[in-house]
Amino acid sequence: MSAAAEVYVPKLGALTALTGTPTHYCAGCEHGTLTRLIAKAIDELEIRERTVMVSSVGCSVLAHEYLNVDAVQAPHGRAPAVMAGIKRVRPDLLTFAVQGDGDAASIGLLELLYAANRGEPITVFLVNNAIYGMTGGQMAPTTPIGMVTTTSPSGRDATSTGPPIDATRLVAGFERPAYVKRVFLPIAPTPIPRVYNARGALEGAASVRHAFEVQERGGFAFVEFVSTCSVNWKLGILDAKRYAADVLRPLFPPGVYRDRFGVEGR
Amino acid sequence: MTDDRAFLKGNEALAYGALRTGLNAYFAYPITPSSEIPETLAAEFDRRSYPAFRTFLQAASELEAISMVIGAAATGAKAMTATSGPGFSLKQEGLSYAAGMELPMLIVDVNRAGPGLGNLGPEQSDYFQATRGGGHGGYPTIVLAPASVPEMAAFPALGFDLAFEYRTPVTVLADAFLGQLKEDLVLPDVAAPVYAPEWAATGARGATRHVLSSLHLELADQSRHSHHLREKRDRIAAREPRAEEFETDDAEVVFVAYGICARLARRAIRLLRARSVRAGLFRPITLAPFPADRLRRLVAAGRSKLLVVELNAGQMVDDVRLAAAGGADVRSVGEMGGLLPGSGDLVRAAEAMLR
Repeated sequence: MSAAAEVYVPKLGALTALTGTPTHYCAGCEHGTLTRLIAKAIDELEIRERTVMVSSVGCSVLAHEYLNVDAVQAPHGRAPAVMAGIKRVRPDLLTFAVQGDGDAASIGLLELLYAANRGEPITVFLVNNAIYGMTGGQMAPTTPIGMVTTTSPSGRDATSTGPPIDATRLVAGFERPAYVKRVFLPIAPTPIPRVYNARGALEGAASVRHAFEVQERGGFAFVEFVSTCSVNWKLGILDAKRYAADVLRPLFPPGVYRDRFGVEGR
Repeated sequence: MTDDRAFLKGNEALAYGALRTGLNAYFAYPITPSSEIPETLAAEFDRRSYPAFRTFLQAASELEAISMVIGAAATGAKAMTATSGPGFSLKQEGLSYAAGMELPMLIVDVNRAGPGLGNLGPEQSDYFQATRGGGHGGYPTIVLAPASVPEMAAFPALGFDLAFEYRTPVTVLADAFLGQLKEDLVLPDVAAPVYAPEWAATGARGATRHVLSSLHLELADQSRHSHHLREKRDRIAAREPRAEEFETDDAEVVFVAYGICARLARRAIRLLRARSVRAGLFRPITLAPFPADRLRRLVAAGRSKLLVVELNAGQMVDDVRLAAAGGADVRSVGEMGGLLPGSGDLVRAAEAMLR
């Protein structure tokens, strides 16, 4: 994929789109990575002064403390509806939300799917770490079969709760979305012991930028970031990366599911 | 419609009244008996006859609609939605967030009958939910109670004025009767356009950010915010109560009624006065803040028999008793299920109070 081939040139010094407030994210959590990728894209595209982020409910609830942009709080799951309200009266603004799997694929699935169906020119970033992180490790819509959580103590059982929900495929099932992509964000194990690659972050950086560009061109943009939650998975950080690569990556295959404007091909 | 004289249903009049305030956005979910509001606005949106009216959108649910209102309101837009009982319950989530974030917006509840689905007839049984704030957490409420089709047209302007002045949602609490009633009216003037207030989230300018959030994780922060909301509630209670009195100066018995019940009470007053019973009316126009001081003054001036007329099992009567503070005989009469009390019922209840 061309995006992954881009050379990442680290920008020295503070990003304008970061407040500099230390994040509350746990060590090894991809929320921190994504926060930086979003700030980088906002700086590169020079859109900070006309961007309004919508804060969702979950681990990203405090993202407006870290991203130096205007922000509006959404009720749990309703971020796409709040973004639609913003865009309908102010199409000149850009808006985005960082939603978790519980926010976007459980309590807010209706709001996500209807915004996708209408093709609202908004940007949704979904952090899928297969568990409710903020509330302390309960089963999520994306929890794999067999994963032990505090509300599936014997492991998720599909006969009772159904199989995991694939939000990317659901969104891509509608006609109007312009950009639908899934990125495997964690550092990933390589054949060399103790060596991990950061291809996900490179690809993620390009995907975030594309997602804003697609919104600028009037399209609905959705990027799912398969992530880890070592604290609530009760694994070490590197073991969590390995689990994500072994279990989540096959379950939620990365790739471009929709690219109506051809932003990936440039 | 650009002509000022009209013969409209209450719901239609409210829609035109809202348009003439310079309404920017309406987010709809249909529910009887409020649906003429979104239908009227959809038609006017298609005609593009009101330049400020930038958005009409039918949402997938009541929750989505109120969340869209939140987004539009956060940019400083005049945004609203309307619903009825079952939908008003769903709006409470968004109203709590909006009050916590201090967003101005207008919500209309065309009260229908009964808990659950009930029926499509008029009731005033959402009084507690609207005035106390049916959402979680504590927050100020402003609730306006129109009693005629002209007031259905006029109250969106008052509602938006109060919503923007105090930065809080305002509810217009009507009922199925007022929504469907047709009357002559002169529509209010078209308001001058307003521009986004300084608190609106429309992009950070340099170092100035606008963060509209109801989240205050530090206990001291939430405490400060809650005290701020309480102070706002007290300021609204001190400055904004509105009520109308009719023939109370010499009244032996005073009806206390709002909305359609105030109309019924006026008819009963005429019948009672024809029978030499001196009856009057105290009509709260703001249900929240309740015009308690004014009612207390009325009681102190010797009006010591208050007959509360409501289309519910007795809700506003609690506020009347609180205001009267033991200084008056307060009784309650009403109907439920979509029926209205007859004039004879009110006359008999008033006469019974004087025996």
